[in-house]
Amino acid sequence: MTITTSARAKVNNGVNVDALLGARTALEQAPEAAQFKWRASCEWVNGTHSRSAIGSFFGLGAEQSRNKTFTVEADHPQVFASEDSAPTPVELVLSGLASCLTAGVAAIAQRRGIQLHSVRASLEADMDIQGILGIDDEVRNGFGAIRVHFDIRADASEDDIKALVAQSQKRSAVFDIVTNPTNVFVTAN
Amino acid sequence: MKFATAIIVGAGQSGLAMSWHLSTRSIDHVVLERGEVANSWLKERWDSLRLLTPNWQSRLPGYAYSGDDPDGFMTMPEVVRFLHQYASLSRAPIVTGARVTRVRQQEAGYEVETSLGAWRCRKLVIATGACNLASIPQLAAGLPASVASLTPLQYRNPGLLPDGGVMIVGASASGIQLAREIRAAGRRVVLCVGEHVRLPRTYRGRDIQWWMDVIGAMVVRYDTMEEDIERARRLPSLQLIGTPERVTVDLNSLGKAGVELVGRVVGLTDGKAQFSGSLANLCALADLKMNRLLSSIDDWVNASGLAQQFPAPHRFEPTDVGSQTRIGLDLNDAGIGSVIWATGYRPDYSWLDVPVLDRKGRIRHDGGIVAAPGIYVMGLPFMRRRKSSFIDGADDDAADLAAHLGHNLNRAAA
Repeated sequence: MTITTSARAKVNNGVNVDALLGARTALEQAPEAAQFKWRASCEWVNGTHSRSAIGSFFGLGAEQSRNKTFTVEADHPQVFASEDSAPTPVELVLSGLASCLTAGVAAIAQRRGIQLHSVRASLEADMDIQGILGIDDEVRNGFGAIRVHFDIRADASEDDIKALVAQSQKRSAVFDIVTNPTNVFVTAN
Repeated sequence: MKFATAIIVGAGQSGLAMSWHLSTRSIDHVVLERGEVANSWLKERWDSLRLLTPNWQSRLPGYAYSGDDPDGFMTMPEVVRFLHQYASLSRAPIVTGARVTRVRQQEAGYEVETSLGAWRCRKLVIATGACNLASIPQLAAGLPASVASLTPLQYRNPGLLPDGGVMIVGASASGIQLAREIRAAGRRVVLCVGEHVRLPRTYRGRDIQWWMDVIGAMVVRYDTMEEDIERARRLPSLQLIGTPERVTVDLNSLGKAGVELVGRVVGLTDGKAQFSGSLANLCALADLKMNRLLSSIDDWVNASGLAQQFPAPHRFEPTDVGSQTRIGLDLNDAGIGSVIWATGYRPDYSWLDVPVLDRKGRIRHDGGIVAAPGIYVMGLPFMRRRKSSFIDGADDDAADLAAHLGHNLNRAAA
């Protein structure tokens, strides 16, 4: 695809692509600055209800503080005899995947000179809860499959829109996290 | 110590093309070859392999295929004969059996240690190829000792494989060809599919290489790319096979033949392999990319006014990997006796004692002009042009680099 700078400049998806490309070039020269650490803390509230706080992270060789701390709550629904005061953690995983892919679509569209008008992702994941209930050891706890559908209105051909969504998956952190294994270390005191 | 103005390391298509261009410029040189001419083609390829480019595309400076099957694909013995003939016709000054063991910078040039003694030179051309070593992912270390581990450089034919099923890691040219023939030999084959470049062998009545040639895709230069050249250089090899029947081998045809398609290997512990859930997306990416190429072919045909000469445009079936792709496999339970790492190749620069490698071990160069005075490299993917790593790409690159080399010699002499 050939896109001239002038065509690119007219497109505004609210993504600062020049800054992102500048960061990429800088980090190619200094890969150690590319080492990030993301953090969250979580406090039990009551029952299955918990509240996570998300604030500082580490990156670009230094602690990065924010002006505020975000909170994200989670709970279980009433069919699990819970209060349903917040989404379930697995729904937050779907939300994380959707947000990651959506951010990618916007950034890649900007880079490719494609003006977006609307982007809506719908997600559905299969789960056999015999796994988490310990009924059947052969059933895994997590999702059997996740399906994501994007409904995108943009000044682009159908194939160009599909290519946006495909490239977004290729560069998505959360897509990688859910499609590939990760070592997890949990300690307690 | 012997001396040559220029030393070319390697007598394959790149080294021979460079020798031809240096000869036309009357630059005294020698070609040092570890084995014999076309050594890698002779000794490091599997039995059934044929070139991925049609015979007519085997073009070198002052020499080209002249047989009666221009659309066929050479077997390895044919490639070796082709290059031997070229070497003798072009009277290239080749020293065979001279394995280069070390190259060091010396005053105004380089000292080249070989198994046949030391040489000095002012200019050095590295034409040892891009595929000396198999690139194997680190997780290969987790393979249980009961399962044989080999690379396409060691593989010869299905009959020589250990008993049992075969897990092939990588679905580029090597991986799909091996999957096809090992499955046809009646083995269970699990093919781990990462990023790949899907292409049909033929489109609208012509070979895909013919199309890429006529639309100008093969001569696109490294310094005129809109996209990131490093990314283009890392692109996996084209999913192609050369057969007399000119068949297309893709994931759909392999699936129909009973090859089990799984995602990229992302874990290998306790005899269990884990596969990425990203297979569907990698196939979607490859389908979209293939269709973009086919569209640019159609655009070229329309613009050229030759639409009557070719069959109508069409599109191939999207890759169908279904929705039941397995994401894990116990190798012992599945009867897997061997794993073949078709995960790419890389050059061997272990003999090059000059600080020109980057942190990933890749040679630093600008279109083949290496980041050390008087050193050149040949035949790397997309080095100067998209065709740089093809036999057909050796001529133009060698012409450019020989001109640069000659110019520098003259400047030094003036």
